Amino acid sequence: MGNKIIELNNISKDYNVRVLDRISLFVKENEFLTLLGPSGCGKTTTLRIIGGFEYPTEGEILFEGKNINHVPPHKRQINTVFQKYALFPHLNVFENIAFGLRIKKIKEQAIKENVKSMLKLVGLSGFENRNIESLSGGQQQRIAIARALVNKPKVLLLDEPLGALDLKLRKEMQIELKNMQREVGITFVYVTHDQEEALTMSDTVAVMHNGEIQQIGSPVDIYNEPENAFVADFIGESNIIEGIMHDDYIVSFLSKTFKCVDYGFSRNESVHVVLRPEDIVIVEEEAGHLNGIVTSSIFKGVHYEMLIQTEDFEMMVQSTYKSEVGKRVGLSFGPEDIHIMSKEG
Amino acid sequence: MVKKNIHRIYMFLVFIFLYAPIAVLVIYSFNDSTSRGNWGGFTFKWYIELFQDRDIKSALYYTVLVAFFAASISTIIGTLSAIGLYNLKKGPRAIFMNLNYLPVVNPDIVTGLSLMILYLSVNMKLGFLSMLLSHITFDIPYVILAVLPKLKSMNKHLAEAALDLGATPSYALRKVIIPEIMPGIITGFLIAFTLSIDDFVISFFTTGSGVTNLSIVIYSMARRGVKPTINALSTLMLLAVLILLFLINKKSSLTNRDNKFDGGY
Ligand SMILES: Nc1ncnc2c1ncn2[C@@H]1O[C@H](COP(=O)(O)OP(=O)(O)OP(=O)(O)O)[C@@H](O)[C@H]1O
Ligand SMILES: [Mg+2]
Repeated sequence: MGNKIIELNNISKDYNVRVLDRISLFVKENEFLTLLGPSGCGKTTTLRIIGGFEYPTEGEILFEGKNINHVPPHKRQINTVFQKYALFPHLNVFENIAFGLRIKKIKEQAIKENVKSMLKLVGLSGFENRNIESLSGGQQQRIAIARALVNKPKVLLLDEPLGALDLKLRKEMQIELKNMQREVGITFVYVTHDQEEALTMSDTVAVMHNGEIQQIGSPVDIYNEPENAFVADFIGESNIIEGIMHDDYIVSFLSKTFKCVDYGFSRNESVHVVLRPEDIVIVEEEAGHLNGIVTSSIFKGVHYEMLIQTEDFEMMVQSTYKSEVGKRVGLSFGPEDIHIMSKEG
Repeated sequence: MVKKNIHRIYMFLVFIFLYAPIAVLVIYSFNDSTSRGNWGGFTFKWYIELFQDRDIKSALYYTVLVAFFAASISTIIGTLSAIGLYNLKKGPRAIFMNLNYLPVVNPDIVTGLSLMILYLSVNMKLGFLSMLLSHITFDIPYVILAVLPKLKSMNKHLAEAALDLGATPSYALRKVIIPEIMPGIITGFLIAFTLSIDDFVISFFTTGSGVTNLSIVIYSMARRGVKPTINALSTLMLLAVLILLFLINKKSSLTNRDNKFDGGY
């Protein structure tokens, strides 16, 4: 991964209200960056500003160091896979993929070869003459990717490209997309509201909320060291508990005091404490730090997801072992499982 | 049972009421006898006579010419206007749409009269050109009405996708948007052509210098006394309009079927 290829500096966008508020981020060459956040947080708007379909109200957008604020979409070396594919229904598969090449006045023979190799890449060889309407959602999605990739853009923007697919196909396509990105060596800016998708595919994740970036970092960083309660809650299930940081490495919550690994807060600062459901271990009653009663237990495929009511908090716990509803249990966790976040975010 | 029969009889009477005049007209156009009310045997002679009549031939020529040019020009203007309207924000679009409906509901005689006054006030000679301009004027709103629904049912990211792939806005218009709304454009053209062919009132007010269309010829012939050639001419016009209507219906039923697919992507 090399130079910064795209840079957003303090980008804001107002419609009637402000929907993006001073977004700053950069994308490096060959990086897979994902914008992750709940519906309506401004992901699509950010992507459309990079693609040139919206102009920012404030701030600047750089492409390879040059300001492209007012460069129209057809003059940007960026291609997009739209949320609903936007394939051209009056053209067949071949002509859809060839669309960008024809604009560049490439020779017919070269167009044929390019389209063919693209179809091979997306696993749809022999589909040249098919009608767009005769394709399944997953196939259309792959044609949309092929139509964009064939132009060898420097950056590919993808707006929830897997949103319309069923779970199994989505998992397969996630792997395929990631492989494609490695194979062709193109920078991807990917939009999703699915945290699992973001964590498995990306080099870097930017978590957004209410038009602001909450945290940017590698999937591991985002998962293990969420900077605030929103990120912690959005990235995987979390138990978020009110707490007080008495001193470096000492925190109290749920009327008990614990050792932790965080420091640098002001004395007696009130904080959010995050405990991941998979970090909590169920033990015998009185053998752990907290006691509670199991109120629900659901099988989730690989693990059981259980709710344990302690004195004043309902804790979510994931475990491969099942505890019966109604059983009294103890909960145990180590200092490194306690994540402290300041309330300012 | 009784109720059902009453329904049937009622329907039958309505149809007789609607179609009897037309049927009489068509039948008499093949009547060999000049006097109405007498059946003098089957003949094509009025049709043959029709095509030997100089005035009628010239009117036919102008009718088709005006209809063709008016439909073509109004289709181009109307399609571009529809695209413009589509890209407006909601508020202004509603205003312009209502402005567009006004000529549609305006009585022809008012439109015709006001156009005539306009031409005279700018010292324009009434004739072929003024008639053509008038037809273009009253055709445009119908073209817009035919094209706009097609634009609305189009995936709104198609144009963006074309730009994204490097198309200039005009290339995107030609290669993506126009082909996508083609069924609407063709329907608009056919409606405009039909309206032009059978327009009488507006043409009557805005033509002059010996340029007439078929409706005007029929009107002036009828004033001199009904000759059987009028029946023949009217029958032919009826036929032409029927064929056009058939084409429009076929086109729009195809279009409706297309629409069902639009949700799919
Ligand atoms: N053209 C527009 N005019 C007015 N408001 C808009 C416009 N486009 C987007 N918005 C608003 O901006 C906010 C962000 O929208 P955006 O489409 O970027 O969200 P998103 O994160 O992509 O959501 P989703 O996951 O649902 O696609 C929303 O509140 C939306 O209503
Ligand atoms: Mg979106």
